[in-house]
Amino acid sequence: MYDVIIIGAGPAGITASLYTKRANLKVAIIYKDKSSLEKTEKIENYYGFENGIDGKKLYITGIKQAQNLGVEVKEEEVIKVEMTSNGFKAFTSKGEYNSKTIIFATGSKKNKPKIKGIEKFEGKGVSYCAVCDGFFYRNRSVSVLGSGNYAISETNELINIANDITILTNGEKVPEFRADNVKIDTKEIKEIHGENKVEEIEFKDGTKIETDGIFIAQGVASSSDFAKKLGVITKNDNIVVNENMETNIKGIYACGDCTGGLLQISKAVYEGTKAGLQAIRYIRNIN
Amino acid sequence: MSVLKITSENYKEEVLESNKTVLIDFYADWCGPCRMMGPIIDEIEKEVSNEIKVGKVNVDENRDLAMEYGVMSIPTIVIIKNGKIIKTFVGVRDKDEIKEALK
Repeated sequence: MYDVIIIGAGPAGITASLYTKRANLKVAIIYKDKSSLEKTEKIENYYGFENGIDGKKLYITGIKQAQNLGVEVKEEEVIKVEMTSNGFKAFTSKGEYNSKTIIFATGSKKNKPKIKGIEKFEGKGVSYCAVCDGFFYRNRSVSVLGSGNYAISETNELINIANDITILTNGEKVPEFRADNVKIDTKEIKEIHGENKVEEIEFKDGTKIETDGIFIAQGVASSSDFAKKLGVITKNDNIVVNENMETNIKGIYACGDCTGGLLQISKAVYEGTKAGLQAIRYIRNIN
Repeated sequence: MSVLKITSENYKEEVLESNKTVLIDFYADWCGPCRMMGPIIDEIEKEVSNEIKVGKVNVDENRDLAMEYGVMSIPTIVIIKNGKIIKTFVGVRDKDEIKEALK
């Protein structure tokens, strides 16, 4: 059992790990997707670097700093986070980890594909949560948009509910996954059609398929995906936190770009500090 | 007052014929995020019950109502005025965001 699991290894997540580890807590960072910091060529507006610094270098240095302090850093994809009787469980591509607290620091990535019709049909056939909404698609035809581990996890949630499932990779490679009532279609999607709800998907080659629902699970799950499944309040796909980086669920914190606002390292570091300190306070209270 | 249980039986009287604006929380007992929405709805009810009728629909027991309102995702919050939907929220939302839409 960890005291703190931090999802994401950018400036917010690393900072939260430094504070919680220095308070003698058992801390792990799990990360997979690239940080926006890593993709930034040169950072020139962050304190202390007279000639600026390469984003990738700062990112790698941050991870090393956490490791040197004794933080366990795992490069694994988190697929699901669930509440348990005494905290939370993070399911990754390699295992399951229990923790008393979770800090989301997964950056600004949003799992919203830029396909015409997605936004229009949200809650009307477009869903971000198979475990919540599968119920509405009993014995019907559904689609899962995605091609990675997260898409397969969502497909598995639907496999005993829906009549048939089509995994839409939208041009991505075919996942290694087979089941009787699951088809895979790799064509690129043009648009989602329907009157009051999702009825049909049109591909770029002009062909169409009928479907009753589309579950969005492209790429790696983002913090807003985890949030929606747990019941963490979001607004415009950002996680809503108070001044101490607490969410509406006790023991879950969020920091950095995933809370919205300024997408700056300075803000991520501040919020990582706050989230870390608040997690320390929470754990000392429950122990 | 407390949050009103809306069913297929009382729906016409309590929602369609209501003089007040009605807020309905569509939920299910097994739905994790719905359990997080519940306390937020309770708080809203306490704060606005003079002007707004706040109710909840169990979608397991009232699938017809979920279908009537096109609910295909839970939790979904629907605000109804004079029998017509004026706003729909899908997913767990902040109390203030919902209260803003009630103004």
